[in-house]
Amino acid sequence: MNRNFSKKNLSYREALREGLKEVLLKDEKTFLIGEDIGAYGGTYAVTMDFLQELGPEKIMDAPLSEAGFTGLAIGAALGGLKPIVEIMTVNFSLLALDQIINSAAFMRYMSGGQLTLPLVIRLTTGGGRQLGAQHSNSFEGWLAHIPGLKILAPATVEDARYMLGFAINDPNPVLIFEHAMLFGLKEECDDRPENFYPYQAKLRKTGKSLTVISYGGMLSRCLQASEELLKSGLDVEVIDLRCLRPLDEKTIFKSISKTRRVLIVDEDWKSGGLSAEISARIMENCFSGLDYPVQRLCRREVPMAYAKHMEDASIPQIKDIIHKMQEMLV
Amino acid sequence: MDANMQLKLLTDMRRVRRMEEVCAELYTKEMIRGFLHLYIGQEAVATGVINLLSPKDNVIGTYREHAHALLKGISSKAILAELFGRVGGCCKGRGGSMHLYSVENRFFGGGAIVASGVPQSLGLALASKRLNENRRTICFFGEGAMAEGIFHESMNMASLWHIPVLFCCENNFYAMGTALDRSQSQTDLVMRAKVYVMEAARADGMNIFDVVEKTKMALDYIDRESKPFFLEFQTYRFRPHSMYDPEKYRDKAEVEKWKERCPIEFLVKKMQEQKILSDEQLKNLDKQIEQEMRDAVLFADSSPPEEIGDLEKDVFTPITEQL
Repeated sequence: MNRNFSKKNLSYREALREGLKEVLLKDEKTFLIGEDIGAYGGTYAVTMDFLQELGPEKIMDAPLSEAGFTGLAIGAALGGLKPIVEIMTVNFSLLALDQIINSAAFMRYMSGGQLTLPLVIRLTTGGGRQLGAQHSNSFEGWLAHIPGLKILAPATVEDARYMLGFAINDPNPVLIFEHAMLFGLKEECDDRPENFYPYQAKLRKTGKSLTVISYGGMLSRCLQASEELLKSGLDVEVIDLRCLRPLDEKTIFKSISKTRRVLIVDEDWKSGGLSAEISARIMENCFSGLDYPVQRLCRREVPMAYAKHMEDASIPQIKDIIHKMQEMLV
Repeated sequence: MDANMQLKLLTDMRRVRRMEEVCAELYTKEMIRGFLHLYIGQEAVATGVINLLSPKDNVIGTYREHAHALLKGISSKAILAELFGRVGGCCKGRGGSMHLYSVENRFFGGGAIVASGVPQSLGLALASKRLNENRRTICFFGEGAMAEGIFHESMNMASLWHIPVLFCCENNFYAMGTALDRSQSQTDLVMRAKVYVMEAARADGMNIFDVVEKTKMALDYIDRESKPFFLEFQTYRFRPHSMYDPEKYRDKAEVEKWKERCPIEFLVKKMQEQKILSDEQLKNLDKQIEQEMRDAVLFADSSPPEEIGDLEKDVFTPITEQL
């Protein structure tokens, strides 16, 4: 492995921990509020020992009141603090949606540009852990529907490490969707990445024959699938969206102008989802530059089943992605 | 209470009443559209509470918040222009009747989702505490809000974490058209607040003296203990819920009975009994208020609409604006 001073090997979980601790220590206006983040150490152990190290003002173990503590955080942001809310799983965010949408997203606009809401909400998203229908959704695309919110989805360790530090200095509500299947992911991470800017998509792999658009939990599957295709001489370009709102159309359109074929891989359902939105924008802007209809691989249109084989069948797998890519390139 | 204070309270109550009457007139002339929820009948509550605050204190209200906004310092001109949907409005016409805001006056809405401001008041109070800003935070809501789940969540957290908010429940006995005893199993609201191990008291919301006395007591407690306090003000709205409400859910006789307890007439009578209000004073007061409202309407009517080209402005705070 290639090691030097400016890189280290980190897990996604460790990266989230480091990023969070850095922000909480550096900025006295910040605090973290959520369920079981303190005494318990975080459902995904991201905040293990934080309560002992940082104290109960910084690490606020909240009652099971998602709407209530999200609303409290909105008020704290209006009052001059920089709250970070942890919502244990994206499904619980449904209990807080009124506060997130009707207040956090709309208040600045409703007030004629007076109010400023420096708020970060971290949520665990995605399926794959046999947690059943009420713990396995990917609602990030749904929230990306809302003007007034910014939506981030770290798919790499480096993004997990640095997105929060960036978001906390954005004076707007930013939602960060951390994928449940990535916590164990280990990668090299830059100690001090230059010009880190998360509101822009990144080419994780360059290629000429096909553009794959993905983010979050699906990215590594797309990358692995594209490695497979490389063996048969087909070079696929893989875009990691990183930010679901605002969407970085420029990177998408530029890639398609080169490859003329595009596959969108999204863990969410197709109907009214982010993949539909991206597809529509491609049709509106790149119609004459396409050699193949826009294709999508998404979650099957059912609530999530518990049984492993059924869960796997619900979410795009590497083999499905490979198959779809081959189909498009024949 | 000294004569000056009584005169100030009377002036404020009459300003609120007159502004609301003017709004109703303008609504029938279609100068104001959308929903319009008037405060007529409830004036003593906002007037009594907000007159005890300092300008730096935080207030958060509901969709029936014209009075609170006015008394917290937003001018009648800026409020009327907002209702006209003009750029001179306190939110440039973006908010409307239910969404009045003013950062300068520490007035944080104005919210059309019942009880949504309640948890936000906790955050405002927490921020003041942590930033050592010494602001009080006052949260107004109706009794209807107490049926919302988020109300329970907020009361629990406020008490648990000793967050010093003054919760002002304006109990006008109807959540839109649904009576309190038809929608909530326990109608003793003070008792319900006490369940959260929170200090709580009840005030007669039609009697400004009682409003002021109980609010003073509650604010003293909050200043001393840095803990929350719940105040129920029993009051009544004389007008329909909004301009669309045919009022099928309550008896005319009931409305008339409450109107006999008009908080403004009550204070006028009390001041006359004390011989601290002459007929001439009253006439001058009304003249002065009439002038204020005329100026406000003129201002609103002459304020231009916002440029359509600015429609997409202010969705986000520019990232370059340093916090």
